[in-house]
Amino acid sequence: MATVHSLDLQRVTLPAPLPLDSGRELAGVEVAYETYGALAADKSNAILLFHALTGDQFVASTHPVTGKPGWWERMVGPGKPIDTDRFHVICANVLGSCMGSTGPATIGPDGARYGMNFPVITIRDMVRAQIALLDVLGIGTLHAVVGGSMGGMQALCCAANWPERTQRVLAIATTARHTAQNIAFHEVGRQAIMADPDWQGGAYYGSKSPDKGLAVARMAAHITYLSEQGLTEKFGRQLQDREAKSFGFDADFQVESYLRHQGISFTDRFDANSYLYITRAMDYFDLAEEAGGRLADAFAGASDTRFCLVSFDTDWLYTTADMREVVHALNAVAAPVSFVELSAPYGHDSFLLDVPALDRVVKGFIDG
Amino acid sequence: MNLRPDLAKIAANVPEGARVLDIGCGDGALMAELRDGKGVDARGIEIDPLAVEQAVARGLSVVQGDANRDLADYPDKAFDVAILSQTLQTAERPDWLLDQLLRVGRTAFVSFPNFAYWRMRLALLRTGRMPVVRHLPESWYATKNIHHLTVEDFRDLLAERGVAVDSAWFFARGREIGGTNANWRAEHAVFRLSR
Repeated sequence: MATVHSLDLQRVTLPAPLPLDSGRELAGVEVAYETYGALAADKSNAILLFHALTGDQFVASTHPVTGKPGWWERMVGPGKPIDTDRFHVICANVLGSCMGSTGPATIGPDGARYGMNFPVITIRDMVRAQIALLDVLGIGTLHAVVGGSMGGMQALCCAANWPERTQRVLAIATTARHTAQNIAFHEVGRQAIMADPDWQGGAYYGSKSPDKGLAVARMAAHITYLSEQGLTEKFGRQLQDREAKSFGFDADFQVESYLRHQGISFTDRFDANSYLYITRAMDYFDLAEEAGGRLADAFAGASDTRFCLVSFDTDWLYTTADMREVVHALNAVAAPVSFVELSAPYGHDSFLLDVPALDRVVKGFIDG
Repeated sequence: MNLRPDLAKIAANVPEGARVLDIGCGDGALMAELRDGKGVDARGIEIDPLAVEQAVARGLSVVQGDANRDLADYPDKAFDVAILSQTLQTAERPDWLLDQLLRVGRTAFVSFPNFAYWRMRLALLRTGRMPVVRHLPESWYATKNIHHLTVEDFRDLLAERGVAVDSAWFFARGREIGGTNANWRAEHAVFRLSR
């Protein structure tokens, strides 16, 4: 991938070492972030947006590596459901990632890149780093935290651990814990990376990166982001640029060609070690476990926080049933919660795609 | 806002600033009225996703779910007022729902269509078929009302369950009527209950 340190990114260095759930701490943590919309004089209009596994801080501006539009431009911007004419939207690259925040590709205190010496992190560590960013920026209470998928995990984690920092929590297509199936898919991806000879125990910086392994990891994960119905409608059994099956192992089918492209283009912008560390953090995520086994106890301090949870009927990665567990826990502490399962054909990725009902729900919740 | 007469009666009798749970809240018309008019902290449960989406888009706290199951999640006396409007007769177990209502709410408002309204009785007597009338316009096979009841049936259930009637209001042809012979004269009834 491109070296992000050659890019001119907006970032802060946290003034104090960051304590981690593992018991270790990290000194000199850098957090790269983007902001959209003006911060009000009383700092009351800030929204912290959490990105997903392979996302980054470029929510509504051109990505400096790929040149592509921001990943949620349809939702965030002037006049959009999260209206940057009204709100100051902050999005930070998560700890462990590779778009300017401290992660395994960062140079550690010994002058070498961390690689696998980077500490294993958790979702709560990611949020802790972003709370520290808010402290640096002088922002006390947020109007809202918002996130989909892993971003939704961070939003729920924020409500559980720092309920005083936000008035609203909007969590979309997410879960309060990773299931055995979720962990299993991630393990396939991690093993693909680690089986790539170029991985070299994670010490590949300065030489060839394990692009083949990372591409396979992305391909496997990408399937979980789509619905069977979506794949069938988009590709069916159609062949790729040929009249007949080749009786070989080229990408005969369009779906194969599509997945290969998804895998390869991903390696241009993502670090394989970051993929290992972030998927691990997601697998460790279990809000109920953190609270002693009962999910409702995780939200004991958030009974005055307004919640809005959204699931999609075709999302089999983080299902409506997963989301209902969160709803039940929030009801048990009598928190003001909205929940709706929206109908959309795109599977887990629906939260990023054209679902007008989601726009209306997001706008109603954020404005209300 | 033009609320249905039974909802308007409930809205008028919910105390200012109360914590309210509206079960089967639809698109949140009553909740919005209570929030805007009385500073009420209103929550809702609604089974229809489109109605939930409309309610959330109004900035209301509404959970898509089935009251027949989800009400059990709420803690005891979490609300000052629990509202069940035109939903009792659609419940799988109206008696269970009534108990839940008075468990999560200190008081409850229940409104329902009265099957013993005289036009219903007359229609059944004359035609020998399930009545299809203005206030119950669906055929027997299409209606969501699976537990038809009368004002007297409801009073019997309340007595059996030890539920006190604080107030009762009755409606016919869109207007409030007196309580005399309500089981004959009322199309709809609204009860305020406590235990």
